[in-house]
Amino acid sequence: MSSGARSTLLHLGLIALLFVLAFALPSYHQGNLARIMVLATYAIGYNVLFGYAGLLSLGHAMFFGAGMYGLGLAMQYGGLGVIPAFAVGLICAAVLSTVVALLALRTIGVAFMIVTLMFAQAGYLTVLYFGAWTRGDEGFVIAQSARAIGGLDLTDPTTRYLAALVLFSAALLITARMMQVSFGSVLIGVRENEERTRMLGYDVFRHKLAAVVISGTISGAAGAGYAVLFGYVGATFTSVQYSIFPLLWVLLGGAGTTIGPLVGTLFMFYLIDYSSGLTNAYMLIAGVVLVLLTLFARAGLVGEIRKRWVAWLP
Amino acid sequence: MEFGPHLLLAVLEGAVGAAVLALTALGLSLVFGVMRVVNVAHGEFFMLGAVIAWFVATSFGGQPAVGFVAALAVAPLIAGLVAVLVDRLILKPVKYDPEATIVGTIGVLYILQQTALMTYGPEARPVEPPFSHRIALPWFEWGENGFAMFYPWGLSTNSYKLFVIAAAIVILLVFWLVMTRSRAGLLMRATQLDRETALAFGIPVSRVYSVVFGLGAGLAALAAVLIVPIQQAHYLMGHDPLLLSFIVVIIGGLGSIRGTVLAAVLIGMSDGIISVFLSPTLSKIIATLLVALVLVFRPQGLFGKKPA
Repeated sequence: MSSGARSTLLHLGLIALLFVLAFALPSYHQGNLARIMVLATYAIGYNVLFGYAGLLSLGHAMFFGAGMYGLGLAMQYGGLGVIPAFAVGLICAAVLSTVVALLALRTIGVAFMIVTLMFAQAGYLTVLYFGAWTRGDEGFVIAQSARAIGGLDLTDPTTRYLAALVLFSAALLITARMMQVSFGSVLIGVRENEERTRMLGYDVFRHKLAAVVISGTISGAAGAGYAVLFGYVGATFTSVQYSIFPLLWVLLGGAGTTIGPLVGTLFMFYLIDYSSGLTNAYMLIAGVVLVLLTLFARAGLVGEIRKRWVAWLP
Repeated sequence: MEFGPHLLLAVLEGAVGAAVLALTALGLSLVFGVMRVVNVAHGEFFMLGAVIAWFVATSFGGQPAVGFVAALAVAPLIAGLVAVLVDRLILKPVKYDPEATIVGTIGVLYILQQTALMTYGPEARPVEPPFSHRIALPWFEWGENGFAMFYPWGLSTNSYKLFVIAAAIVILLVFWLVMTRSRAGLLMRATQLDRETALAFGIPVSRVYSVVFGLGAGLAALAAVLIVPIQQAHYLMGHDPLLLSFIVVIIGGLGSIRGTVLAAVLIGMSDGIISVFLSPTLSKIIATLLVALVLVFRPQGLFGKKPA
């Protein structure tokens, strides 16, 4: 079996497994997994830029927030339904990521990281500044009655789970496909050796620009999905912390692997969930995990598996 | 007599902010300059300084000056030692790889923040200033009756704030003397210029790195001790100094000490002055965007040199 067929099988199998789990899981874990899939979508978006193109952004919360507020405000004040509001969220994230990319991609390395951090901070402050509409830190709740597509009630746990699965599957399949075509190979080329990729005749800037926009838009989709599925929009989701989370999940799962973001998010979520019985210091755990990753498993869980045993893992 | 006096007050407030910022940013700049490490946990060393200052000051009791002086000595020392530990346990094993050190120091940030929350608690607590006299400000104006001095006329500052400004200037001068006139400073500058050659000349680069990382954290902690009688200690207080220090270090040119101090004065003063007249959130948004754009269009900073 070719590695392309193998990875297609892996992705479809994973989606089928998640589908079956919708009906097999007890309600507590079903709810958790729905949340994890939405957050993993965010991590997938982050992975496109960090894992494949090798650009470390500390500002992805602004894209997540653009999707979230795009959808939330459109529903709250525009009275739009879920689907058009979701489209508004996507457009907001796409436009914002294009503008940010055009500016931030002029810098490289540490400067890129700091510039994205600053833009995100400006975004966070903007949300606070327009507190009259966004309700700042307190946030606002999207009415339960509005959270429905056609006759489907997104507040029903199983429907919500399946909607999260659709969102997650779309992001997973898009990125998986992206890595099978030449676009993905060029991104990896940029990550490994930008100068050589340029000398081979590829337009490095264009590819990086596309990577930021795709990454930002997927992150925005995750933000919009989070808002509509869990009914809450708040400034916390645009804070620095939410820029660091996807970095953490991706590193944990394995940067530059297609299923790493899900594995990382799942692992971190349950690590915190179980340990919160012992201590409520989830930040401490996140911190220790980050340090241990830095020291011992730079490739992440899936990355280490690929390195040691299963070389074909996409 | 409306705008002028308020401006005078705003300038004084801004100068206090600038003084503290200069010390904090100097620590970050030193670490980046010598080690090429972006220390994301820098703000937490600032917080650590403030929190330790509270513990020290309250355990002494009695005359506030005794506790304050003790804090001034103890807090930077402890913060510095923690930083040396971080250098030995995390930064050195990953060979100061830029990406790994960023991720690692984010981890340290979380660990320090949560540890502070668990030991110190979520409240903001004040430290009593060692002294605090109300000083009325004089104001001169050329009015209808010729030159006149108004005194006292309402607006005032206090002696502790003036002390903070003076103390920061003294510390900066001492730092400059150490860097330019002492053997330790020579070793640090040599390591900054060329790590390999320094190593070849028998400079213990790894020890220099530890000292520099500790010194950077110590400077942040020292700044925090100075500000804590004005601005209470809180476990989340490291965020703003980190962001502002980033801004300052970038504007000043990464790793340039003179640029850092100049930029700290510029940013601290304008931050203080603008937020007196404008909404603080709006002024922060504008400042953040401006700085991001400086970095986009002039990556070497306003005072930095273009790499050849």
